[in-house]
Amino acid sequence: MFKKLIRNSRMKSPWLLHFDCGSCNGCDIEVLACLTPVYDVERFGIINVGNPMHADLFLVTGTVNSRNSMVLRNLYEQMPNPKIVVAIGSCGLSGGIFREAYNVVGGVDKIIPVDVYVPGCPAKPEAIIDGVVTGLQKYDRIVN
Amino acid sequence: MSMSMQILLVVLGVVAGPLIGGLIGGLDRIITARFQSRVGPPVLQPFYDVNKLLAKEYTVVNAWQAFCAYSYLAASMISVALFFLQSDMLVIYFVQAVGAIFLVVGALSSTSPYSQIGAHRELLQMLAYEPLLVLVIIGIYIETGSFKISAVYSWDKPLLLKLPFLFVVLGYALTIKLRKSPFDLSTSHHAHQELVKGVTTDYSGPLLGLIEIAHWYDVVLFLCFCSLFWATNIAGMIILISITYFLEILIDNVSARMTWRWMLGNVWAIGLTLSLVNLIWLYQQ
Repeated sequence: MFKKLIRNSRMKSPWLLHFDCGSCNGCDIEVLACLTPVYDVERFGIINVGNPMHADLFLVTGTVNSRNSMVLRNLYEQMPNPKIVVAIGSCGLSGGIFREAYNVVGGVDKIIPVDVYVPGCPAKPEAIIDGVVTGLQKYDRIVN
Repeated sequence: MSMSMQILLVVLGVVAGPLIGGLIGGLDRIITARFQSRVGPPVLQPFYDVNKLLAKEYTVVNAWQAFCAYSYLAASMISVALFFLQSDMLVIYFVQAVGAIFLVVGALSSTSPYSQIGAHRELLQMLAYEPLLVLVIIGIYIETGSFKISAVYSWDKPLLLKLPFLFVVLGYALTIKLRKSPFDLSTSHHAHQELVKGVTTDYSGPLLGLIEIAHWYDVVLFLCFCSLFWATNIAGMIILISITYFLEILIDNVSARMTWRWMLGNVWAIGLTLSLVNLIWLYQQ
């Protein structure tokens, strides 16, 4: 019963950390749109905490380059387990149109393990919420 | 009061404190969401959050931080238990202040600049509300002739009629303690971000869960203080607390976060003036 209670709580209270890893801000605006009254993800207990030490979900948008890869890894390592990473947008998935640029390392999965990929340029808020829900299902499998 | 009755009251305070605090937190979030034309999370959301936090990986910056988190929880718990025992208001006030200091010391023990600035702002907030709280307690003493809470319960007239300004002053302290705008300087209770998460930045996982539970105890303690102003019957108490808390949520939603200078100046100027006017008026009678 105790285990079920914790499992239930984990599913109902995913706090997210959003990191703009060199995105054009298109995906970032869509991520923040999820928190507005139109989509209102706080219904599901999701809060944008902005602090890696408090977060369960890590939403990353944009390409990774050699300068910010260190920040990305640092943020990931500061998050306490269990945690889920969601890469958002074409750039976050593979580097997008910038993948051939000399400073670009590539997608988020080149640096940290990614659990869910949300495609789109920019990704729609519906797609982001769907990605988070998919991530939560995986989260449930990981912790149990 | 007999010994068994006292033990029962302590257990009631320690068990019911976080349950009531968590439920109030849940209602707060729903009402806030409705003000912003959103639906809001379920009522039990604060409990889900704390359960999840307690089950997360135990990460701690240093031993002091863990010690301070446990001490903060212990002090908040003791202050609520003392209130339920109808003990001395000054003792409750000091125990509560010790808890608040432990929260700050824990934040200061980490090297994160966000945590440090958050801790300094928390100290400034305490500097703003603690003197006012003493004046409120002195006001109650002048009226009832005792620092004991049992004396307030045996008083036959509601204190609000004699101490209206001091109730407003207590409202200031409550707003600061509940971490509501315009006084959410050190850390915010909502999804706003200021200094990352201010004083709670470096507390994570189970320790953050403990801090959250301690905060529920604090909320309950301050609402209990508010209830003293209509201690003649239970219905009056509940109505007074409900109206006060609703006004707190309203103020939270219509005001922006202000600077600490504005907070100190404003809270001291208005708070001290209102307290003095009320105390002189009481003294004259």
